[in-house]
Amino acid sequence: MKFGVVVFPGSNCDDDTVFALQHNLGQEVIKLWHKDHDLQGCDFVILPGGFSYGDYLRSGAISRFSPIMNEVIQHAKRGGYVMGICNGFQIVCEAHLLPGVLLRNIEQKFICRNIHLKAQTNQSLLTAGLDQERAYRVPIAHAEGRYFTDADTLKKLNDQEQVLFRYCDAQGNVSEAANPNGSLENIAGICNESRNVFGLMPHPERAADEALGNTDGKLILEQVLNVLV
Amino acid sequence: MAPTEVTDGNVLPTVETARKLGVLPEEFEKIKEILGRDPNFTELSIFSVMWSEHCSYKNSIVWLKTLPRDSDRMLAKAGEENAGLVDIGDGLACSFKIESHNHPSALEPYQGAATGVGGINRDIFTMGARPIAQLNSLRFGNPNLPKTKWLVKGVVKGIGDYGNAFGIPTVGGEVFFDECYNTNPLVNAFSAGIVEVDKVAKATSYGVGNPVFIVGSATGKDGIHGATFASEDISDKSNEKLPAVQVGDPFMEKLLLEATLEIIATGHVIGIQDMGAAGIICSTSEMSAKGEHGMIIDLDKVPTRQANMHGWEILLSESQERMLVVVEKGKEDIINAIFDKWDLHCAQIGEVVAPGPHDTGRLHFYQHGQLIADVPAHDLVLGGGAPQYHREYREPAYYQQFKQFDSNQVPDVAADELTAVAKHLLSHPNIASKKWVYEQYDSMVGTANRSTNRPSDAALVRIRDAKHPNYKKGIAMTVDCNSRYVNADPFVGAQIAVSEAARNLTCTGAEPLAVTNNLNFGNPYVPEVYWQFVQAVKGMGAACLKFATPVTGGNVSFYNQSSDDGPVFPTPTIGMIGLVENPEHQMTLDFKAEGDLIYLVGPPQNDIASSEYLYSYRGVKQSPAPAFNLDEEYTLHQSIKQLIAQGVIASAHDVSDGGLFVALAESAMPRGLGFSISTDDNFRTDAYLFGEAQSRVLVSVKPEQQGTFQQLLGAELKTEHALLGTVTAEGFVVNGQTVLSTADAKDLYDNSLGRLMA
Repeated sequence: MKFGVVVFPGSNCDDDTVFALQHNLGQEVIKLWHKDHDLQGCDFVILPGGFSYGDYLRSGAISRFSPIMNEVIQHAKRGGYVMGICNGFQIVCEAHLLPGVLLRNIEQKFICRNIHLKAQTNQSLLTAGLDQERAYRVPIAHAEGRYFTDADTLKKLNDQEQVLFRYCDAQGNVSEAANPNGSLENIAGICNESRNVFGLMPHPERAADEALGNTDGKLILEQVLNVLV
Repeated sequence: MAPTEVTDGNVLPTVETARKLGVLPEEFEKIKEILGRDPNFTELSIFSVMWSEHCSYKNSIVWLKTLPRDSDRMLAKAGEENAGLVDIGDGLACSFKIESHNHPSALEPYQGAATGVGGINRDIFTMGARPIAQLNSLRFGNPNLPKTKWLVKGVVKGIGDYGNAFGIPTVGGEVFFDECYNTNPLVNAFSAGIVEVDKVAKATSYGVGNPVFIVGSATGKDGIHGATFASEDISDKSNEKLPAVQVGDPFMEKLLLEATLEIIATGHVIGIQDMGAAGIICSTSEMSAKGEHGMIIDLDKVPTRQANMHGWEILLSESQERMLVVVEKGKEDIINAIFDKWDLHCAQIGEVVAPGPHDTGRLHFYQHGQLIADVPAHDLVLGGGAPQYHREYREPAYYQQFKQFDSNQVPDVAADELTAVAKHLLSHPNIASKKWVYEQYDSMVGTANRSTNRPSDAALVRIRDAKHPNYKKGIAMTVDCNSRYVNADPFVGAQIAVSEAARNLTCTGAEPLAVTNNLNFGNPYVPEVYWQFVQAVKGMGAACLKFATPVTGGNVSFYNQSSDDGPVFPTPTIGMIGLVENPEHQMTLDFKAEGDLIYLVGPPQNDIASSEYLYSYRGVKQSPAPAFNLDEEYTLHQSIKQLIAQGVIASAHDVSDGGLFVALAESAMPRGLGFSISTDDNFRTDAYLFGEAQSRVLVSVKPEQQGTFQQLLGAELKTEHALLGTVTAEGFVVNGQTVLSTADAKDLYDNSLGRLMA
């Protein structure tokens, strides 16, 4: 199995994601340059965090037009795995691989801190083996992470178990107080209908190394391997 | 193009014009002497910025030279390169520096702070080092004033937006409020990077015929005379200088970072320097002077943002995110291809020329085919022809007055008053958590911050890249300065600033290595202000010598003074880095478990001088610096190192602002624990709990380690220590009395600053 991490101009979590996959999870991983037209045989494509093209326009609005994105979209349509983390989540939404948008945080400020997540379903590659009673501690770092969509789409997301993660407190309660950015129904991560495209605002790659004192993110990333291997 | 007649089309300026540009009459005479003729307006502008305080350090350099600048680990000494360079072993070096952006931030806090972050990071990566972490040191006025809130919000957002997008974590810093900063906030930004020793790039230029490139943003009219502006007092006319504030583009900076490191890796770069203060003229002159060659530059080739810019505007523009690069002739295509890859605009604007018979290199600037300026590079720069002054200084009257302070005139704190004092201190913006600030900074990008989940007195960052995936060593870093102490006694206060930085590193398990300083003072032409500067430099030098932490460079910011409020507190911010050889020796500040024993290491003192308690709770503004002895401080650090190395303590936290009580609270709160301690009847209760006497560290010890701990500290190290009490499950208890519940304390500590800024 081969991972590909796309590098857009302004991506800044590309190295972190590569490092986590390669050194913490022991996987084969390559970087994919945004100007390229070839996924080089990658099975699982990750769009990393950062500020692609500076995010001066709506986050992700320019990156979706990068040449590599044509390949990523085709890959997803063929059923290939694609995951967007943070800025990557914003990009996959802009590219219409996932429904909804990520608005400015409700307090209009960038927020970087450890938050807690609760897996909502085992009907997805990313959450299949996670403990649904456990609060996973993973960092967030974003100014535009407030997930929003229309009522019909929201109903569909809930009915079809497309909501993968919700923000919760350390005890696992999904509450308003535990919602760091004002996301609709505390949504932190979702997948598409065919369950091969994932998007999440928190950064599991930042919690994947014992040297940093938190490996909850590694537990999430490892889910991918359980099925693929 | 052969040099012809030099003219920029303007009438020759007079001494009056020179004065308006900040050039003194005697300096004007010296310029004429250097050129052998009258300067034209362009040339006078060149000298005015290059000889401004900001670029030339003319009023500070004679004292800066007295600071210790060398150790076995120094690869570049102060002033030699864009930033200091320290050998950390294994072929790696740490490049680090601090720089101020005070004056721009006073007028336009968002852009002022943002471009400060951009500038300091360029200083690091222009040496070929990839930045790994940033810190910042901020000072603001009374936090209840609407203007202060506007400044705080703007500065914090500016630092966050720039640093977050640039993608280097902001891992620590300090924020301090006092009315003396009402008009002049201080914004000091620090960055550190890692470079392979044999890949270090130089800020130099040589090799006749080598092309000179400008890369990055186009040159606009922003920031013209910014360097001169930073060398004046802030006045009500300062707002008219708004065009002197630059605008930042972190996306461009990120592209420049990646492209710069790639071109340096080719080995074809002769020299490279970022363009910060004084723009193209600063980079061309400093690089040429260093490499002892000249340059011919065609200003028509400089990409500009607007048409019809004057030559002097192009030369002095401080448009951000630009680099000047001298490349080996014949390798232009290799360099161009890299800039193309990153979609960066790169233009050849000139070439290196040989030095003349009477100089080490001249700069010839052409525009529209006309030679508009012809100046010798050496005479423009610090260490070359730039002036150096010995300024007059005089002890201010207040210094002796502060020493008259008698603590017997202040009532000791009564038992029923403890809760009120505790609440006051824990919610005070100088002591309360700066969470509201630092959560707006990305502190975790780069997956290198080892302190996120293991809090310690200094931030600890691992070195992690493709070549060194399992590298063990870490760099600890901190910025410190209690300017209230420095104001009370600049000599002692500056010693304390260095000591606190070293103490923070020591309590993190690091060996202190080196210092960068940011000397923020008032107007150097005021003898009492200059006395503060001289005393602070002397104190800093003595302490840096003691801790064997040479000063590798930094920044001087004078004129932090307003016509209404006078000078700010003298604020010599110390940025210090340390090395953690073994990550298992990282020490943390939080109490670990109920039942652990709490000790104070270092002597208690009957001292409340300059404490936050005395200053803001008792309202006594005039007192000397807290009790301090440099030798005792040094000895304490060696003892703490032993305790950590031998694994006999569970936590270490230095006693600083707010005294012992605040240190106890800060150690208890991270894990939601409490403490129960007793005070000592030989001391005033307020001095014991809230005094800020230096050279003390709070540690916790597992009960089973108590014997080893006491044997080591008492019998072997002979270090004074006292058992204070124990870690408890909940509540802050002093002499059997519950002062606060942990939850109440945590709410005050965590949320007070946010409520104030709301």
